[in-house]
Amino acid sequence: MPGVVIVGACQAGAQTAVSLRELGYEGTVTLVGAEPSSPYARPPLSKAYLAGAATAESLSLRNASFYEAQRIDLVLGDRVVDVDLDGGCATTDSGRRLPFDRLALTTGARVMRLPVPGADLDGVLYLRDLADADRLAALLPAARSVVVVGGGFIGLEAAAVCRAKGKDVTVVEMLPRLVARAVAPEVSAFYQQAHERRGTRVCLGRTVTEIVGQEGVSGVRLDDGSELPADLVLVGIGVRPRVELAEQMGLELRQGAVVVDQCARTSDPRVVAAGDCTLLPHPLDPGVMVRLESVQNAVDQAKAAAASLLGLEQPYCSVPWFWSDQDDLKLQIAGLSTGYEEVVVRGEPDSERFSALYYRAGRLIAIDCVNRTADYLFVRRLLGAGGTLPADLVSDADVPLKSLVDV
Amino acid sequence: MARIVFVDPKGVSHEVQGAIGATVMDTAVKNGVPGIVAECGGFLSCASCHVYVDDAWIDRVGRPEDADDPTEAEILDDAMAECQPGSRLSCQVVITEELDGLLVRVSPEQF
Ligand SMILES: Cc1cc2nc3c(=O)[nH]c(=O)nc-3n(C[C@H](O)[C@H](O)[C@H](O)COP(=O)(O)OP(=O)(O)OC[C@H]3O[C@@H](n4cnc5c(N)ncnc54)[C@H](O)[C@@H]3O)c2cc1C
Ligand code: FES
Repeated sequence: MPGVVIVGACQAGAQTAVSLRELGYEGTVTLVGAEPSSPYARPPLSKAYLAGAATAESLSLRNASFYEAQRIDLVLGDRVVDVDLDGGCATTDSGRRLPFDRLALTTGARVMRLPVPGADLDGVLYLRDLADADRLAALLPAARSVVVVGGGFIGLEAAAVCRAKGKDVTVVEMLPRLVARAVAPEVSAFYQQAHERRGTRVCLGRTVTEIVGQEGVSGVRLDDGSELPADLVLVGIGVRPRVELAEQMGLELRQGAVVVDQCARTSDPRVVAAGDCTLLPHPLDPGVMVRLESVQNAVDQAKAAAASLLGLEQPYCSVPWFWSDQDDLKLQIAGLSTGYEEVVVRGEPDSERFSALYYRAGRLIAIDCVNRTADYLFVRRLLGAGGTLPADLVSDADVPLKSLVDV
Repeated sequence: MARIVFVDPKGVSHEVQGAIGATVMDTAVKNGVPGIVAECGGFLSCASCHVYVDDAWIDRVGRPEDADDPTEAEILDDAMAECQPGSRLSCQVVITEELDGLLVRVSPEQF
């Protein structure tokens, strides 16, 4: 039996392999990853790892002995460059030929590059892989001023770490508010103030037109002609799914991502896909297609993918959730707020402890919680049970949410 | 290294060696102890690493209320599985030499 080949050895790939064994699959499982390290958690790269509070070893998802005991063959530091679906064979960069009868694509995403002059200067960095984080951590001590391009979660997390290390930090965001894709204006405004309180400068509605410098970076030019001094530029302007192999196999793509159904099946019955490379049905509202970039999504989708590889149907319908740590601000999000019509703020944002509840058609669809873990845990469970909360009662932060409904 | 014994929700014992300074959660996950999901990777955002510390060990391990950060106690208070005297989020329990031989039961409902 040729078995299963999993292309991409990170959060989604590792979970697919583990779930195959948990479901009782006995055949060969080969997990191929282009990075040299065994599958690891990326979230700490912009948080504890960058701050120096976690080691590379502590990021790895499982021990070598675990993969061995589970008979999961890890092929690391090698990239699958060609897939012959009809012939059932994947070929790697180094010439390895890996036979399969089923294939999983867990190729993730790559960062978007800043398309401006000077972007290839030394000192212009990105943050996706362990190697990126190591480069940043190595250059950071000598840097005085850091410009972060992109006011999304990763940019803001890294900005908070740099600021806590005493750097002069400026965040430049093209849109008129921070984290605009993911949160309501009220929450964006809170993050802007919270970062400014900690001494970070926030420049909104500005784009970078050029990175200035001779050998290394010395500054960043903005579209209003001004120049910000910078010894380091960290670019966090989003990611694009890695879909070259899917394209080559002729799988259906949309919005640059691999289209899958609720069971993580692609348009070809021999191939499943999971994680950042996919466009998937909203887990709680399957008529809507979404892209999700989170650990929870990678893991839950991979479980569905493993089941599908074995011909079982285990649709992924768990509540999406996400977290982001910026300095001592713990943000936790449950549900997806996309398409919300009303937002209710619970608690005083200035106290750095509040929640924002999102409603559509009178029903609760998501919550953002800043330092209010109890709200988050409760709503996550409530959404999973199909429940809602009366919008007119949730704003009183002294009333526990769980006292407002029976679940 | 310290020896840690996990009793999984099915009642099966798993004995693993944990590095001093690592967390109990980390040791369980890396060695594939069933039932410890640890979705958030140890950042107090999930409650999917809930264990019950054996009575004999509670004093040495410490209680969630003793932590500076109130989050663990808050999470446990709201966790799906019943909170018991030995309840801890295992990502907050750091392995020390003193904990060699530690016995914990994995909570049946992880969330
Ligand atoms: C700095 C940072 C912070 C983050 N913080 C959070 C957070 O707080 N919370 C959260 O939920 N999520 C967070 N995320 C997002 C989360 O890490 C991703 O959603 C998750 O890693 C997706 O997993 P994946 O397996 O789909 O893809 P990836 O993690 O991108 O892994 C894909 C892997 O496949 C490999 N690969 C690709 N093509 C091939 C090929 N042809 N052959 C072999 N190997 C290949 C790649 O090298 C890569 O290792 C963060 C991400 C980053 C970068
Ligand atoms: S691993 Fe998430 S709270 Fe412990």
